[in-house]
Amino acid sequence: MFKIVNRKEMAQGTVILNEIEAPLIANKAKPGQFVILKADETGERIPLTMANTNPEKGTITIIYMVVGKSTARFKTLKVGDSYMDVIGPLGKATDIEKVGKVVCVGGGTGVAVMHPITRANKLIGNDVTCIIGAKTKDLLILEDEMRAASHRLIVCTDDGSYGKPGFVTEALKEVLEANKDIKMCYAIGPVPMMKFVSKMTKEYNVPTIVSLNPIMVDGTGMCGGCRVTVGGETKFACVDGPEFDGHKVDYDELFSRLASYFEDEKKCMEEYCKLAEAAAKL
Amino acid sequence: MAEKPGKKEKIPRQSMPEQKPDVRARNFEEVPFGLPSEAAILEAQRCLQCKSPACVEGCPVGVDIPGFIALVREGKFTDAISKIWEMNALPAVCGRVCPQELQCEGKCIVGKKDQPVAIGNLERFVADYERKNRLAPMPKKAARTGKKVAVVGSGPSGLTVAGDLILKGHEVSIFEAFHKPGGVLVYGIPEFRLPKEIVFSEVEGLERQGVHLECNQVVGRSVSLDELFAQGFDAIYLGVGAGLPTLLDVPGKNLIGIMSANEYLTRSNLMKAYRFPEYDTPIIRGKNVVTLGGGNVAMDSARTALRLGADVSRIVYRRSRAELPARAAEVHHAEEEGVEFHFLAAPLEFKGNEKGRVIGMKVQQMELGEPDASGRRRPVPVEGNVYDLECDLVIIAVGAGANPLLTKSTEGLQLNKWGYIVADPVTGKTSKKGVWAGGDIVTGAATVILAMGAGRQAADSIHDYLMRGW
Repeated sequence: MFKIVNRKEMAQGTVILNEIEAPLIANKAKPGQFVILKADETGERIPLTMANTNPEKGTITIIYMVVGKSTARFKTLKVGDSYMDVIGPLGKATDIEKVGKVVCVGGGTGVAVMHPITRANKLIGNDVTCIIGAKTKDLLILEDEMRAASHRLIVCTDDGSYGKPGFVTEALKEVLEANKDIKMCYAIGPVPMMKFVSKMTKEYNVPTIVSLNPIMVDGTGMCGGCRVTVGGETKFACVDGPEFDGHKVDYDELFSRLASYFEDEKKCMEEYCKLAEAAAKL
Repeated sequence: MAEKPGKKEKIPRQSMPEQKPDVRARNFEEVPFGLPSEAAILEAQRCLQCKSPACVEGCPVGVDIPGFIALVREGKFTDAISKIWEMNALPAVCGRVCPQELQCEGKCIVGKKDQPVAIGNLERFVADYERKNRLAPMPKKAARTGKKVAVVGSGPSGLTVAGDLILKGHEVSIFEAFHKPGGVLVYGIPEFRLPKEIVFSEVEGLERQGVHLECNQVVGRSVSLDELFAQGFDAIYLGVGAGLPTLLDVPGKNLIGIMSANEYLTRSNLMKAYRFPEYDTPIIRGKNVVTLGGGNVAMDSARTALRLGADVSRIVYRRSRAELPARAAEVHHAEEEGVEFHFLAAPLEFKGNEKGRVIGMKVQQMELGEPDASGRRRPVPVEGNVYDLECDLVIIAVGAGANPLLTKSTEGLQLNKWGYIVADPVTGKTSKKGVWAGGDIVTGAATVILAMGAGRQAADSIHDYLMRGW
């Protein structure tokens, strides 16, 4: 059992932070790696990239958006409750080298995954510009943390309710135009965001790393469910990734495959909501 | 001793009662119900009690088959399980999944003129009797040696090693990557062929003996072999299984609805997706399902598809019926349940709809040519003979490769050109000091009992190493 020692609600309760006791994982994990969590006996295995680790305290932190039944079930877990299973660290760690100027682009809950990567880049001595975005101000997460982890932070909202109005790609274009010496870009967020960021950085010839989160079961390279096409080759995100060369990923295939269980997930969520409603009435 | 006809009436091979095909093809309950005691005793009477029993030679772990059958004949079922346990820690599993026709029963003298003694069914009967009644004393443990052994993987070979070494007085810890123990017995073999309760009961038995089980431990990622040695383990056994799916490199290979048998079966078996939405893991419930391959995994997949509501479940296999590698009983059960077989057929291309979901495939008709390296006649395409099959789910069950997660992250472990661990065929010793390996990660995908046989040999070698230093 893996106990939750700290819990925060963000973005109007749509995004949840859990700090979880998992000393062995905390001791080993590096930025960019993920864990698989399962809430209870009947639960699904959900892969989430770690947002933080604290080896001294023996904890890891995950930040997830509530999107379906499994994450809705996660949301019911309070401080002191436990996940039945946490497996990790899985996947390869982010390759972070001292290269000079880098730009980190995070969208939605991708910002949470971007946080340790941003911090590590700053620690190693890179000049870090960070761009984070959300649909609207209320859904923005980790603004202060990202400001601290980088040298400068640009906040964007799609609806213009806060920071710079528009998509992160617009801000990125300005940054790339003004800094022709940017050596590396990291982009983590929704698939369309990573697709368009990569398209843009390709024009500017800036190497780009993206972190993918396809459907996964075991996380050890056993099932092939998480396969993605990168540079025309089949790769398993769980063991070959989750990070890949953003310029080579087939985003359209990834986007399509993410919808594999769309109908089932909807049905499952509806049943869960009905049960939760019935339980609330009692 | 030969049979003496005329002296007594010949007893026919006792068959196990089982669920009717049309009923069982729609549920996940186990297919056969097992032998009733009376039938087991009758079946045991068919055994000739040969002085030099060929059946035992056919058993990879050398169970004293005439010995336990003699006890069944006398109704001493509890003594019979103790007899089997001397050589085999997982009889309830082996009685169900061993290819007996190629092993013990294939060698049975009675089988020369008649049907062989139903050794597998008797083994299963005895193991099930014990699980229900729990009368047999636990096998005796040797005095503690103070030595610690780590077993990586809780599949059939890992469980065998753990069971053997705990009895020899060593401290044994099993590390399992999944959240539940059992390896392929749990994620791979379906409930209707091997109820999971049986596997968990066998594992519980080991835990009662003192084996320490740690799930959610991905050795190679969460802890390395050298770290295990540093933690005080004196020897390590690697029984991690093959664990790498073989996918196909044809157009459309990544459409939604094309998946490895590993994924399909893991979702259904380990994650219990067949009970979705009670269990949260979804699975594609195809109406028109094609399974590619002809082994046990292919049969398991095609039969699972029927149980998940398929109207049509087809096996598409590139060789002919004679080359099917699956256990005879599995092919028989699949056919009875309505699985259709397309022999000498190979996929050329998958077609999808606008949502990226598979809707059909192009199939190349094959014929058998010259024998290949495996001795089987190699299928070759029949020029111009290509046809279409409609399908909304394709399960790829054409074999497995070596999962590199642990092997590639371990220094000093010699691998062969396919990535399997090089281990001594007699002792299971690898090129890394203090590390043994066995089962599918050494041999490539094989059977449960061969993995157990490798585990047995490795356990003996590990014991020698721990006690004598070699």
